Amino acid sequence: MLLLAVDTATPAVTVALHDGESVLAESNQVDARRHGELLLPSVDKVLAEAGLKLDALTGIVVGVGPGPYTGLRVGLVTASTFATVLGIPVHGLCTLDGLAYAAGAAGIEGPFTVATDARRKEVYWARYEDPRTRVGEPAVDRPADIAERVAGVPAVGQGALLYPEVFTDARAPEHQSAAALASLAVERLAAGQEFLPPTPLYLRRPDAQVPKNYKVVTPQ
Amino acid sequence: MADEPLVLGIETSCDETGVGVVRGTTLLADAIASSVDEHARFGGVVPEVASRAHLEAMVPTIERALKEAGVSARDLDGIAVTAGPGLAGALLVGVSAAKAYAYALGKPLYGVNHLASHICVDQLEHGPLPEPTMALLVSGGHSSLLLAPDITSDVRPLGATIDDAAGEAFDKIARVLQLGFPGGPVIDRLAREGDPKAINFPRGLTGPRDAAYDFSFSGLKTAVARWIEAKRNAGEEVPVRDVAASFQEAVVDVLTRKAIRACKDEGVDHLMIGGGVAANSRLRSLAQERCDDAGIILRVPRPKLCTDNGAMVAALGAEMVKRNRPASDWDLSADSSLPVTDPHVPGTGEAHGHAHSHAHGHDHDHVHELSKDNLY
Ligand SMILES: [Zn+2]
Repeated sequence: MLLLAVDTATPAVTVALHDGESVLAESNQVDARRHGELLLPSVDKVLAEAGLKLDALTGIVVGVGPGPYTGLRVGLVTASTFATVLGIPVHGLCTLDGLAYAAGAAGIEGPFTVATDARRKEVYWARYEDPRTRVGEPAVDRPADIAERVAGVPAVGQGALLYPEVFTDARAPEHQSAAALASLAVERLAAGQEFLPPTPLYLRRPDAQVPKNYKVVTPQ
Repeated sequence: MADEPLVLGIETSCDETGVGVVRGTTLLADAIASSVDEHARFGGVVPEVASRAHLEAMVPTIERALKEAGVSARDLDGIAVTAGPGLAGALLVGVSAAKAYAYALGKPLYGVNHLASHICVDQLEHGPLPEPTMALLVSGGHSSLLLAPDITSDVRPLGATIDDAAGEAFDKIARVLQLGFPGGPVIDRLAREGDPKAINFPRGLTGPRDAAYDFSFSGLKTAVARWIEAKRNAGEEVPVRDVAASFQEAVVDVLTRKAIRACKDEGVDHLMIGGGVAANSRLRSLAQERCDDAGIILRVPRPKLCTDNGAMVAALGAEMVKRNRPASDWDLSADSSLPVTDPHVPGTGEAHGHAHSHAHGHDHDHVHELSKDNLY
């Protein structure tokens, strides 16, 4: 087994190679505005580090968000294109699930919250019973509006660290890691569990407004 | 013919997901998925709606183009993609797909300029471009006069619109007349039944002291809207066909007049017209008339190659391969305001890139984004 995991749903551009036993190589860069530029060189770098070529892959793992869409799409279209050319499966995973799994590796047992930055003073978030068990679907909210629901438990992710007044027990990990996402995928594959399709979790509608009635140009 | 470069081209700068395959100057496939219907009720292209549609359509459209061309991806000599100008988020989907595709196949990647592609597409219709070629590019996103001594390395802007693009003016007038979006085809159709001389609308920037090759359609748009409002306020019926014909005549009169003048001034005997507005029947006929009078050879591709498509990107990519232009790097960016003077984005040859400079001047002649950031 050789999995390439990529996630571009958060400010992190993160890539990892996993052979089913362990992580062979990984690349983590945080730059919210350069996902498009950074992703392919990162893939090239982890493959070179492991001394492997892309055609050795047996599967692709991709974070499907939620996350800012422009960056998120870079990872998804890259994963889908690789999978099509190589004729291998692409396994979608909720980005927050990757962070929860990393939190587990960092020693958090649960229950806890994962929150990432949704910009516009909102967070993408979900609650977890334990590092492998999410409670319900991810959502996007203003931190103040969910204060009661996330009170009393630890929280991980940049969204938690950004709003300490709501997430009073915010901790590391701050950023998504493709290595954690790959490890989670390996577990799920072994357990025969389902994956998500490689399409974005769009939790917001496009900001498009149907124009108001035609505006008169003649001075009144 | 078989030794000419086989190139796949990807275009996602606006609302069409286009993938084309060409061999040299021969068109093999031109697959398109359009999101135009999803934008219609918004009266214009909504960047986030376009980006979502590109992501869904990208891989299937690539597959469809290859199948249509009857070639194997392994036989390609390169992958070309529109690097800009265009909508940032939309471009990024195509650029990311092109990189992944090129990388997975072990093929060179060519990030190319959308405007140069609009010119180069005519090679698929009328054979190799004469050097130099004068090009008039008119669409909803651009209105430019360009002189191209070498489409792969030397494209010179002579003039551009200082406000609205020509296609934008068609959309806005269609809206005033409540004809829906996009406005170009419906105005063209109604104008055929109207009198182009019924109303004398202003010809922007045609005075003796005005910039010879620049365009302005904003004043015309306002003049037409005022004329219509005056009729409505007087309780009279608006002669829609005459308004459409007279408005259209004002646009194509200025476009062709300036293009012919540029040809004469520069001593160029070939004029190429491209972009979505080149599908306009009156623009085509008036340009033909005036070129014939001036002894200029007119080259206008068929309408499907004038609007945004992947074949035009593949056509320019094939020319890049043929002329041994350097490929782009894996850190190629989508540049929403890529200058027209950069026909492609050559790599530095270093494996891990350079900081991309955005210091170049931003002119008005690129797709206008409704919102700068997709801050979701
Ligand atoms: Zn165009």
